Amino acid sequence: MKNRIMLITLLTLFGLPATTHASLNVFACEPEWSALAEEIGGKLVEVTSATHALQDPHYVEARPSLISRVRKADLVICSGAQLEIGWLPMLLSKANNRDVLPGQAGFLEASSFVPRLDVPQSVDRAQGDMHPQGNPHVQMNPHNIALVARALGARMALLDAANSAVYAKGTDEFLLRWQSAIVDWEKRAKPLAGKRVVCHHKSWVYLEDWLQLQEVATLEPVPGIPPTASHLSSLLSELGTDGSGADVIIRSPFQSAKASDWLQEQTGIPAVMLPLTVGGTDGASDLFGLFDDVLNRLLALTGGAGG
Amino acid sequence: MKIRWQHLLCTGVLLLSNPLWAQQEGKSELDALREEIRQMRSDYEARIAGLEARLDAAETRENTAVVASSPAKNAYETLPEPSAGTVSLGRDSSFNPAIGVTFQGQAWSYSNDPEDYAIPGFPLGGEAGPAPEGLSLAETEITMSANVDDKFTAMLNLPIVIEDGETVVELEEAWVETLALPANLSLRMGRFYSGIGYLNDRHFHSWDFADQPLVYQAFLGNQYTDDGLRLSWLAPTDFYLEFAGEVFRGDRYPAGGAANSGVGSTMLGVKTGGDIGLSNSWMLGFSWLRADADERESGAEDDPLLFTGDTDLFVADFIWKWAPNGNSRQKNFKFQAEYMWRDETGVYELPDGFRGPWDYDQRGWYAQAVYQPVPRWRVGARYDRLSGAVPAADWQGSSLYPLGDDPTRYSLMVDWSNSEFSRLRLQYNYDDATGLSDNQFGLQYIFSIGAHGAHSF
Repeated sequence: MKNRIMLITLLTLFGLPATTHASLNVFACEPEWSALAEEIGGKLVEVTSATHALQDPHYVEARPSLISRVRKADLVICSGAQLEIGWLPMLLSKANNRDVLPGQAGFLEASSFVPRLDVPQSVDRAQGDMHPQGNPHVQMNPHNIALVARALGARMALLDAANSAVYAKGTDEFLLRWQSAIVDWEKRAKPLAGKRVVCHHKSWVYLEDWLQLQEVATLEPVPGIPPTASHLSSLLSELGTDGSGADVIIRSPFQSAKASDWLQEQTGIPAVMLPLTVGGTDGASDLFGLFDDVLNRLLALTGGAGG
Repeated sequence: MKIRWQHLLCTGVLLLSNPLWAQQEGKSELDALREEIRQMRSDYEARIAGLEARLDAAETRENTAVVASSPAKNAYETLPEPSAGTVSLGRDSSFNPAIGVTFQGQAWSYSNDPEDYAIPGFPLGGEAGPAPEGLSLAETEITMSANVDDKFTAMLNLPIVIEDGETVVELEEAWVETLALPANLSLRMGRFYSGIGYLNDRHFHSWDFADQPLVYQAFLGNQYTDDGLRLSWLAPTDFYLEFAGEVFRGDRYPAGGAANSGVGSTMLGVKTGGDIGLSNSWMLGFSWLRADADERESGAEDDPLLFTGDTDLFVADFIWKWAPNGNSRQKNFKFQAEYMWRDETGVYELPDGFRGPWDYDQRGWYAQAVYQPVPRWRVGARYDRLSGAVPAADWQGSSLYPLGDDPTRYSLMVDWSNSEFSRLRLQYNYDDATGLSDNQFGLQYIFSIGAHGAHSF
């Protein structure tokens, strides 16, 4: 009995995961990529995500538990474009795992397989926390998910050659379902085209590009700097108080609701929390749910399916 | 609307031709596809035509080695190119290392003269001691780092400091580390901060207080850096377990004089840690430093004590971090404590020429907590304490003889960070370590430009 209590205590302290014997161990920096690896690899992969939907992926501690997970990984998949620059290099340097370093087959930078938006012509930190290689939040356009799925499936097949056929099949089957889901989403999203949005952080440019939304302002004065009173009051004068300045104010689950609630109250523009990745809301339980839920929430605020 | 049907078209084409797949996987891809076709022929009759088209596309691509003629480009042609780096002949700056500069400055006010700062019983060595009174520059750190090739990475850290009115460039760190050792091993060589304890290998700009805890000042000369080798191994366990061994030349406090034919000190350490739920994580470390000293200097700079003998230093460190749901951006809390025990055996020589055998042990610890209640603002408190065995009466009146009361210090700080690249800090110390209580007020700034490496836990 005593031994068992000891064991349970130890397991809790170290936060140990249940050990399984999958043939491919995937470490994803963000939940969208762990979800994607699971869609493709199914039971063949053991998947873990460094962050969850309630964390800002820019700011994560290079925790000991993450180091040991990178050490075990056969494949590390991350958004890249410097999204994880504050912690991923430390994990890779401490994990002593030569197979998952950038440049190796075991490292996949998702954003390098999609057309990146907001690639700055020049960078200057006076403009905030810039990403010289473009905006890293690529997962919010489902077409990008399809592009990454293909690259990821190929990489998984390369790393686990014995099961390559299974990954190929998994990729194809996922993409068939995904394409038909996209057709459906794009049909439903028609009324959203041209809607004007105010975003907390520039996390939504790929969604805006996909749905043809217009970003008219951000709550952060410059990327990475929390909303300030002076910036919010200048937004207020810009947007007016009659609710006509924009159609919706968007924030993600890990951002404080204070600024967007305040602006909603003052301007009459409805504020909404949208999941930025899998797990951000109850509805966003997988990749399909993520886009379903984003559309549901946006359509509910902007006049529903009737436009 | 235009973009949307193009999206559809492009993804449809992608499905059929599968270009990225083919481009990357080459031969094994072909084999895989053939195998796949064989396996699924009975079940997926309808899909065979499609798969054969993929196979053809893959073969064509392999023969002609066309780079990414991705149909996706058609859909996105109005958008910027994907990340592929631009090739530009005659420009070799693209391999420049990541360069960063950290600007640090301070202003301190003391009720006692900091020039006379000494902790009775704990003569300070190395860089230990209070910052100058009034306005002064602290280290201006220049860092450069880059991968050397596919197997090595290198890092340089050059602080520019003002010492007695003179500008001095120090070589604080200059090391090369392996990237490709098997079995989760890693070897570092060059000059670097020892991995002993928790704070020792952290750069000045990442400290939570403007000065080091008293144990670091008394036992490690503020921060132990030396020339040597470090081998670390991450155990193949599900939880974090790292072992590290270091050997150093032994030229700096607490070693000295590059004793033992220039292999004067050795460090062994183990660290473990984990998460408790989503919001808590912790780390625990034990380390042991064995340093040989040959006429090691400490105490007053002009009139130092000399020590020849062995120093054993044991350190236990514990860190606990909390952030609601692990989202440290909004709110977080950090607790950190370290205990050190030192045993020195050898001969001390006092400035007046008195020499005598020395075999005593000393201890100390600190605990600190830092809380960020809202983004950008943090507050912190720290408690420091040292204690040691009382040496023989011969040493009475010397700087090796402690006071009746243990040296202690209380510190409070508040800092504000506009971004992760800027920080302003106000700190107050009530320093009782010297025997004369001292009210110390400090203001500090830390700004960094250019590349800034990721911080460890």
